[in-house]
Amino acid sequence: MFRKATILSAAATLAALVQPAAAQEGELTLCWAAWDPANALQELSKDFTEQTGIEMNFEFVPWTNFADRFLNELNSGGQLCDLMIGDSQWLGGSATYGHYVQLNDFFDERGISMDDFLPATVYAYSTWPKGEPQYWALPAMGDALGWVYRRDWFERPELQEAFAAEYGYDLGVPENWNQLMDIGRFFQGREIDGVTVYGMAIYSERGSEGITMGVTSAMYPWGMQYDNPDQPYDMEGYLNSPEAVEALEFYKELYECCTPPGHSDAYMVANLDAYRSGQVAMQMNWFAFFPGILKDDNVGGDVSGFFVNPSQNVEASVLGGQGISVVSYSDNIDQALEYIEWFAQPDVQQQWWELGGYSCHRAVLEDPSFPDSQPFAGDFLVAMSQVQDFWQEPTYAELLQAMQKRVHDYVVADEGTAQEALDQLLEDWTYTFEDDGKL
Amino acid sequence: MAESTLTAEGSRRAQVPVGSRGRARGLSDRAVLLLFITPTLVLLLAINIFPLIWNIVLSFTNYRANQPGREIKWIGLRNYERLLGSEDIWGYLQVTAHFVCWSIFFQVLIGFSLAWLLNRQFRGHAFWTTVIVLPMMLSPAVVGTFWTYLFQPQSGIFNYIVNFFIDAGDFSMIGDVALAPWTIVIVDTWMWTPFVMLICLAGLRSIPEYIYEAAEVDGASPWRQFWTITVPMVLPFLMLAVLFRAIENFKMFDMVVELTSGGPGSTTELASINLKREAFESWKTGYSAAFATILFVTVFGAANIYVKFLNQVKKR
Repeated sequence: MFRKATILSAAATLAALVQPAAAQEGELTLCWAAWDPANALQELSKDFTEQTGIEMNFEFVPWTNFADRFLNELNSGGQLCDLMIGDSQWLGGSATYGHYVQLNDFFDERGISMDDFLPATVYAYSTWPKGEPQYWALPAMGDALGWVYRRDWFERPELQEAFAAEYGYDLGVPENWNQLMDIGRFFQGREIDGVTVYGMAIYSERGSEGITMGVTSAMYPWGMQYDNPDQPYDMEGYLNSPEAVEALEFYKELYECCTPPGHSDAYMVANLDAYRSGQVAMQMNWFAFFPGILKDDNVGGDVSGFFVNPSQNVEASVLGGQGISVVSYSDNIDQALEYIEWFAQPDVQQQWWELGGYSCHRAVLEDPSFPDSQPFAGDFLVAMSQVQDFWQEPTYAELLQAMQKRVHDYVVADEGTAQEALDQLLEDWTYTFEDDGKL
Repeated sequence: MAESTLTAEGSRRAQVPVGSRGRARGLSDRAVLLLFITPTLVLLLAINIFPLIWNIVLSFTNYRANQPGREIKWIGLRNYERLLGSEDIWGYLQVTAHFVCWSIFFQVLIGFSLAWLLNRQFRGHAFWTTVIVLPMMLSPAVVGTFWTYLFQPQSGIFNYIVNFFIDAGDFSMIGDVALAPWTIVIVDTWMWTPFVMLICLAGLRSIPEYIYEAAEVDGASPWRQFWTITVPMVLPFLMLAVLFRAIENFKMFDMVVELTSGGPGSTTELASINLKREAFESWKTGYSAAFATILFVTVFGAANIYVKFLNQVKKR
C-alpha cells in the first residue's frame, strides 16, 4: 500500500515537472463583444493555450454596453484587458491617447506583413492616421452589413405570381433600394400560413449606433460622402447633399411602410429575433450573424438566403468588424503580442473562418474554394470590396451621438425634414471639429 | 490606614461626573465630540462636498475625461451659455417636467385613494396591502425591461387588453411619439404609487378617532369631515411623499433607459439620460459638469422652497 502511494506520488511530482510551462506562462484577458464569433474565438484560442501554455480569459460584454464598458476601461487606463477587439471607430482615439500599442516594429520583427490581409480591412481596422502605414491592430474580424431573406417565401409560386402582377417584375433578390422597398411593401401585413408578417427589420436603435448604421446603409449607396475628399472636414454640400437627403427620406419611408409595429428601437438582436420568429421577410444585419442563421432551427438551411447591401447610385456597404489590439496598460504585453503572432498565421486564420469567424487574411479569402465554402461567403467578399466606414476620429463618440440623435429624431420621431436633420448634424459636427482643433 | 485612604480615594473617583473624569485624562467634551464627528465630516467632504466643488470648477473648462493629453482651458461661462441657449436642453427639461408632474399627480391621486380604502380595515386588507406594495420592491431596471414585453405590439398583454375594449390595432406604446411620454408615466405610476400609498396610510392612521367622533356629534357630513379633518391632517405626509417622489423622478434614469432608451427620437429623453450621454458617451466633461450644476441648483432650490412651505403647513 505504502509502496503504491509512493509510486503515485512520485509519478505526480514527475508529471508536474515535465508539464509544459502552462501555469508559469501566465494568462491573458481578451475583451470583446458577447456574440457568436466571440464564442468561436474562445474555441479557437484553446489551440494557443495548448501551444504556449498561456491561459486565456475572456471578457465579453453585450453589444448594447460594449462601447460604454470598454471605452471607459481604456479611458481610465484599466488593466482588465490585455487584448482588445475594439470597434474600427475607436482606432483614432485609442492611437492618439495611447490606449493601444503601436505594432509596426513588432510586425517587422516577426515578419507579419499587412500585405497578407485584405487592403480594405487593413485600412479600416489597423491604420491611424487613415491610410498611413502606422498599425495599431491586426485585422481580426471582417464584417459588413448585409441582408437575409426568407428564400422559402420568395420561392412560393402564389407569392411570385402576386408580386409580378403587382410590380411588373419577378420577386427575387433586390437589385436596388427601390426594389427592396417594393418587396417590403408586398410582404407588409400579408398573411402567410395564417400568420401576419411584415416587410423587413431594419436598424432603428437610439442608444448606441444602430440607427446610424441603418441610415448610412442607404446613404452610402446614394453617394453620400462625409466631407470633401480634397479638403478634409469641409462637410457643407457633402454630408447634406441632395443625395444624402434623398437617401435619408427613403430610409424613413422604408421605416414607415415596411417594418413591424413597434420596431422603433431595434438593432442587431431585435432584428434577429424578428427574423427568427418568422415576423419579417427580410432583415438587415451584420455578416457575423449569418453562420448562426444558417444553423437556426426555424430559419436555417435552405429557408434563408443572403444578399449584399443593394446599390442605388453606387455600390456600397457599411463596414463592421474589428481589429485586435494590445492594450498599452497591460502588464502582459509580451504574451499579448505572442497571441497576435499566433493569430496572424494562415492556418489559424483558416480555422477561424471554419469556426464561424470572418478572417481578413488573403490566404483564406482568395482561396478559390472560399466563395462556395458558405452560402454567404461570396456576398461577404463583394461587401468587403465596397465598404465605407463612419468617422474614426478621436472624437468619434461625440460625432456618433450627434448623428444618432438627429437621424432618430427625424426617422422615428418624425421631427422636421431630412434636410433640417442633416443641416443640424453638420452644425453639431462642425462644433465638434472646431473644439478638437480640426477646423 | 492605608487601606482606608485607598477606599476613600476610590469612592471619590466614583463620584466624579463622567465629563470631569474625561477632562482629567486630557480630553474635553468638545474633543470627544470632534473625535466622533470628524470621520463622518471627512467622509462627507471627500464623497459629497469635494466632488461638488470639483464639478463646479470643471464646468468652467473645456475638459474631456477621455483626452488625457489635451490642454485644459478656462472658458468662463461658455458651457453655461451654450447649454442655456440650446433648444435641445430645454426640450429635455420639458420632457423631465412632463414626466415628474404627471407621474406625481397620478401617484398622489391613486396612492391616496388606495390608502383611504385600505384604512377602512376591511377583511383581508393586510393581504391586499402586501400585494399592492410588491411593485416598489422590484428593481427599476427589471421593471423597465419587463414592461417592454408587456407593451410589445404583437404579443404584449397591454395591447391585448386595450384591443379587448376598443379596436386600436397594432399600436405601439413605446414606438409612438405621442404615447411614449405617457408610457414612462404609466410604468412609474405602477411602480411607485404604493410608496405614496404607504405614507398616506401612515398619515390617515395617525388621525385620532375622537376628532371624527366630535365632528359627527357636531353634525358634520362625511364629505365635510373628509375636507376639514382628513385632508388637512394628511397633507404634511402627502407633501413629504411628493418631495421624495419629485427628487427621485427628477433623477430617474434606469427604468426609462430600459423601457424606451429615451426614444422615439428624444420624446422620453430625460435630463438625466442626456447628461449621462454627454458625460460618458460623448465625453464632454466640462459641458456636462455645467449641465449637472444647473440641474443641482434647480433641484436644490426647488426642494428648499418646498421644505419651507412644508414646515408652514405643519405649523398650521
